[in-house]
Amino acid sequence: MRARLVLLIVGIAFLALAPLVATAFDQLFYIDLLRRVMIFAIAALSLNLILGYGGMVSFGHAAYLGIGGYAVAILAHHGIHNGFLQLGVAVGASALVALVIGAISIRTSGIYFIMITLAFTQMLYFLGISLDAYGGDDGLRLAARSDLGGLVDLGNSTAFYYLVFAVMIAFLYLIHRIVNSRFGMVIRASNSNEARTRAIGFSPYPYRLAAFVIAGAMCGVAGYLFVNHTAYLTPDFMHWTRSGEIMFMVILGGIGTSVGPILGAFVLLLLEDLLSGMTGFVGQHWQLFIGLFLVLVVLFAKRGLAGLLPGAQRND
Amino acid sequence: MASPKALLHVHDLETAYGQSQVLFGVSFDVGAGEVATLLGRNGMGKTTTVRSIMGIVRTLSGTIHFDGRPIRSLPSYRVAQAGLGLVPEGRQIFPNLTVRENLVATAANRNASAEPWTLERAFRLFPRLAERQRHLGNQLSGGEQQMLAIARALMTNPRLLILDEATEGLAPLVRAEIYQAVENLKAAGQSILIIDKDVKALTRIADRHTILEKGRVVWSGDSAALAASEDVQHRYLGV
Repeated sequence: MRARLVLLIVGIAFLALAPLVATAFDQLFYIDLLRRVMIFAIAALSLNLILGYGGMVSFGHAAYLGIGGYAVAILAHHGIHNGFLQLGVAVGASALVALVIGAISIRTSGIYFIMITLAFTQMLYFLGISLDAYGGDDGLRLAARSDLGGLVDLGNSTAFYYLVFAVMIAFLYLIHRIVNSRFGMVIRASNSNEARTRAIGFSPYPYRLAAFVIAGAMCGVAGYLFVNHTAYLTPDFMHWTRSGEIMFMVILGGIGTSVGPILGAFVLLLLEDLLSGMTGFVGQHWQLFIGLFLVLVVLFAKRGLAGLLPGAQRND
Repeated sequence: MASPKALLHVHDLETAYGQSQVLFGVSFDVGAGEVATLLGRNGMGKTTTVRSIMGIVRTLSGTIHFDGRPIRSLPSYRVAQAGLGLVPEGRQIFPNLTVRENLVATAANRNASAEPWTLERAFRLFPRLAERQRHLGNQLSGGEQQMLAIARALMTNPRLLILDEATEGLAPLVRAEIYQAVENLKAAGQSILIIDKDVKALTRIADRHTILEKGRVVWSGDSAALAASEDVQHRYLGV
């Protein structure tokens, strides 16, 4: 337990100090890279809430990344740059879409649940492509980054970094609280034994739906941050491979573990960056090696990378 | 003897799994404050009867009243909410939740019990659970899991507690501990329906017995009558 705490503190300290080090060595690229990684960590954290704790294998989580992104880009396109308003719309729209998708998909389970969530996300993806007014297939340059008043200047790479960092830590804590609340207990209980949860007086449906909506809204925040990060929106935000990528992060880091999704996002994206930057065979076929790595982790680390950490226990 | 005024009133219940009918008109009552049993050899329909009552399997026909309200064909969570607390065969505790979480997660007092169950009270009934409260459900011994399953059901403050094979596969000492707890519950006025095979212990604890044979009620009566008729015990229970 203690070793874990130390590791967590070291990790947080590293991320807190990274921009200072990067600035000192004039390697600003790394601020951008880590920021991107943390945005995906946020998306993975939100997916883990329903996938890891709720057992809902949503193969459409990138939908909310896209909705958060479109909320910002479309408003900005029409000259509305108020970042708080944009955030409200991003979160609200994501929650609403999650409510609709969840209300239908949670009635099913297993392979059907996966297919329905995937199908909805594909619909949204093609909707994005058909929106010619907003760039269609080519995408849309973000007219201006979200204006958060004097609070945070998203144009400032370091300030934006710390905002993403703060959101990630806040979500980590929030999910920890949700999972250990009674609401979270029912979610976990119905994951392990749905029939039993029913027989003891709980219909899992409303609980699952609520978790699904919370996860969608949280991922909407990631989309909000992501479009500000790239300053460019494309329907690819919602591409199904993106959903798969987020799911990989969760599985790699450790399904149903608190810090696993963050770990997974870091390892997957940094490895991707490392391998694709190499020359020769590895650089050309880097996906091959990532795939191999994933297979090995799934085979030999049942609880993902988080399960390899010292003091990793079954409960967390 | 069957009376719609009983706490649980089952009348002419028929249930089938697909094409094969399992229950053929099962009727029995459990009165308030009473401890009743369903007895019979394996495969005679005891667990199916319980699952029919709880709405876990679909029934063909018959009536089930709980406290005067019809509950047949309600979804199982509604049956549970009406005040039936099932401790299922095989225990089925939540393995990924700690002992404490298992108890707290589904706790409720929907029928406004005057003396609702609390963690402290559950731990007083089963002190072993208090020692293990931070352990995950799947780290418990069989006996501890059984205690947890009973305590979990009690935390929903059921008006009728149903124990399906609660002592199956447990060591004699643990078994005695469970029966002791059942007696304590009875003394506190808890209505209980027990499915078990230990006729000796049950004639001591329970008030009323119903014996099932191939999906039909073949005998019913009180403990004195059951204890007296060795013939019935021999014929239907194999003791």
